[in-house]
Amino acid sequence: MATLAGAQTSGYAGANAWRVILEWLTTVDHKKIGIMYLWTAGAFGLVGMAFSLVMRTELAQTGTIISAETYNSIFTMHGSVMIFLFLLPIGAAFMNYSMPLQIGALDMAFPRINALSFWIFLFGGVLITLSFAAEGGTASAGWTAYPPVTLDTGNNAEPPGAGMDMWLVGVILLGQASIFGSVNFLVTIFKMRAPGMTMWRLPLFTWTTLVTGLLILLSTPVLAAALVLGFIDRNGAGGAFFDPAAGGQPLLWQNLFWFYSHPAVYIMILPAMGIVSDVFGVFTRRPVFGYRSMVLALIAIGLLGFIVWAHHMFTTGGVFLPFFMGATFLIAVPTGVKMFNWIATMWRGSNIFPTAMLFSVGFLMLFLIGGITGVFHAAVPVDFALHDTYFVVGHFHYTMSIAATFGFLAGCYYWFPKMFGKFMNEGLGKLHFWLVFIGVNLIFFTQLLLGLDGMPRRINDYVDNPGWELMNMLTTIGAFVSAAGMMVFLYNVFYSLKWGERAGADPWEGTTLEWATTSPPPAHNFDSLPEIRSERPLFDLRFGEKLQDDPHYHVNNGHNGNGRGGGAKAPTASTREEA
Amino acid sequence: MAASAIPHKRVHPVRSFLVGDEPMTTGLWGIIFFIFSEIMFFSGLIAAMLALHSDTLVWEPTNGAHRVEGAHVLPILFTVLLVSTSIPMQFAAFAIRKGNRKAMLINMAIVLVVGTAFIINQYFEWSHAGFGISDGPYAATFYTLTGFHGAHVIGGLVFIFAQWLRGLLGHFDAKRNTAIEAATLYWHFVGFVWLLVIFPLVFFLS
Repeated sequence: MATLAGAQTSGYAGANAWRVILEWLTTVDHKKIGIMYLWTAGAFGLVGMAFSLVMRTELAQTGTIISAETYNSIFTMHGSVMIFLFLLPIGAAFMNYSMPLQIGALDMAFPRINALSFWIFLFGGVLITLSFAAEGGTASAGWTAYPPVTLDTGNNAEPPGAGMDMWLVGVILLGQASIFGSVNFLVTIFKMRAPGMTMWRLPLFTWTTLVTGLLILLSTPVLAAALVLGFIDRNGAGGAFFDPAAGGQPLLWQNLFWFYSHPAVYIMILPAMGIVSDVFGVFTRRPVFGYRSMVLALIAIGLLGFIVWAHHMFTTGGVFLPFFMGATFLIAVPTGVKMFNWIATMWRGSNIFPTAMLFSVGFLMLFLIGGITGVFHAAVPVDFALHDTYFVVGHFHYTMSIAATFGFLAGCYYWFPKMFGKFMNEGLGKLHFWLVFIGVNLIFFTQLLLGLDGMPRRINDYVDNPGWELMNMLTTIGAFVSAAGMMVFLYNVFYSLKWGERAGADPWEGTTLEWATTSPPPAHNFDSLPEIRSERPLFDLRFGEKLQDDPHYHVNNGHNGNGRGGGAKAPTASTREEA
Repeated sequence: MAASAIPHKRVHPVRSFLVGDEPMTTGLWGIIFFIFSEIMFFSGLIAAMLALHSDTLVWEPTNGAHRVEGAHVLPILFTVLLVSTSIPMQFAAFAIRKGNRKAMLINMAIVLVVGTAFIINQYFEWSHAGFGISDGPYAATFYTLTGFHGAHVIGGLVFIFAQWLRGLLGHFDAKRNTAIEAATLYWHFVGFVWLLVIFPLVFFLS
């Protein structure tokens, strides 16, 4: 508001626009940085989706439309853009925007480093995408960039050019942005919480931010080490690290790479899990079932995530199979705990289904399929059979790509009123949900079947085995249906920004602190904070006095510290009627 | 002991030694987390080196030159010098906790001079090594590890120099000295990663 008032005094109309642009370019406000992350990651997501449409067009029928080299480049960029420039930063977008609000903080602990993170991320992203203009094209070794095909020292028929170096440097920059971001998130959560916001009262999304921050902090530097070794290998060391012909070890890259990239799967999925946990806590009108077990499961997933990286390398023969198989199976346990907790939250809840809730339920379904196919893969013999087939593609898209995206879309619909003060259109939202839900299942369930039938991934053509062409056509149709769904979403965003229904401070009857301030919040976030006596301070604010009169309800006075909080019990029938 | 208006709990002696008795600031937490990420970065590089070492028959440069041995005067001397600068750096932190900016500046100046000497020595070591970065796994890891460590020493020196200039301008007192404490912790990290990991592994592994 102050800015607008200032702009009006500056004389000519153009000054206002310039002032707004300058304000966004120089902002250190976590909310604005979060929104910038959202727009940027969203734009990169659309670019990544365009790449996938190119691939699906190519694979719709046998025979080739684009060359193998172009196809390699496209699937590499699809993976890199989607993972490094869409899924990771869109998590950062919500963590930036919502986490400080959820803990009642004024801003992040290091606002300027927060801005630095964003601009490094943007620069790295631009560098990776600009590699289309490089001699020799983009990186084309897949997003996993396994040497020696990334090197130009071996017997490569077509050694990658400058695009590969731009990819390596770009990803190092993105990693640097991630590390700065994670330090920021961690210090913010540990040091900037409002009075009364103890660790056991953190909203679940904030807990996922904490665990995600630790994963980023401890795994990303190892990727950075791999990337700098790769860069040195290409530009001086002559393959001494990764090229067997020069004394290096290709498996070394795989170990270092997956030491990051397996935790990275959790870095992508955990924030989405946090979002759906919060969404369930609001739209079932119940506290999330088993708050503490949710947190402990989260921590267990984070810890186990560090000791399973070699399950990506079962078929290399260079890893100790029993250990990594067992550890991978173990991850299913905390994941199952979370799954059942979500279901138990909905069980006998007063469920309502706005689009955010629809996407959260969609998340559960997709994540279930992805999770169970993941357990298939954890079994070494199954993995030997399915490695490098479309079954793998189907599996990981179901979990970290589509399930995570559904979580983030739920976050968009859930926090859009907070960010912009307006609801997203529910009708368009539901159309979006059904188009995307049907589309992605058409894509990826078919891919699971194709994989079971042995279709190899990362090849631009295939033999016409019985049914393959039909299933590939279905996959392609699914891709275009989901793309149409995303176009509806895009239209919805702009439609709602312009004509959306006004939303008040707390449009969903939320339970966490971000709903205790205006929509959008002022620069300093809060004019005043409610008392925080449980993990659902706004629920207490709304119902606390009524519940105090209820003989069946014991208000948590903050002394017993059992962490279940005042809201841990569902309101009784009498309080529901009053509400 | 800083004259603090608010009495606070007794702190653990190790914690008191490292970061003083004042409540930990966000800046200190930040540098501690950042150092953890740095430790993981060097762990990645060291793991790469050990993996390569385990599979390389002759751990020597492939151009016929010999490894850089650590058991000579200069490498040991400069290792001792680098690690011992942790002492004046810690004294600088002790000094500013008592509000003694002059002693802080003198101690930091010692660190800056010796740290720079370490880098200069590294330059001579590199130029007399007799092999290049492309001479096999040993050579590549030698330059990568000493190079990245050197970059971190330079980074630490820039960090300390910036705070030294701020000190000259009259910044920092007994209460507001987070940057000095942070620089001290970072400098300890740079010294000890050299003493405990890089120096023994790069210079003595055969």
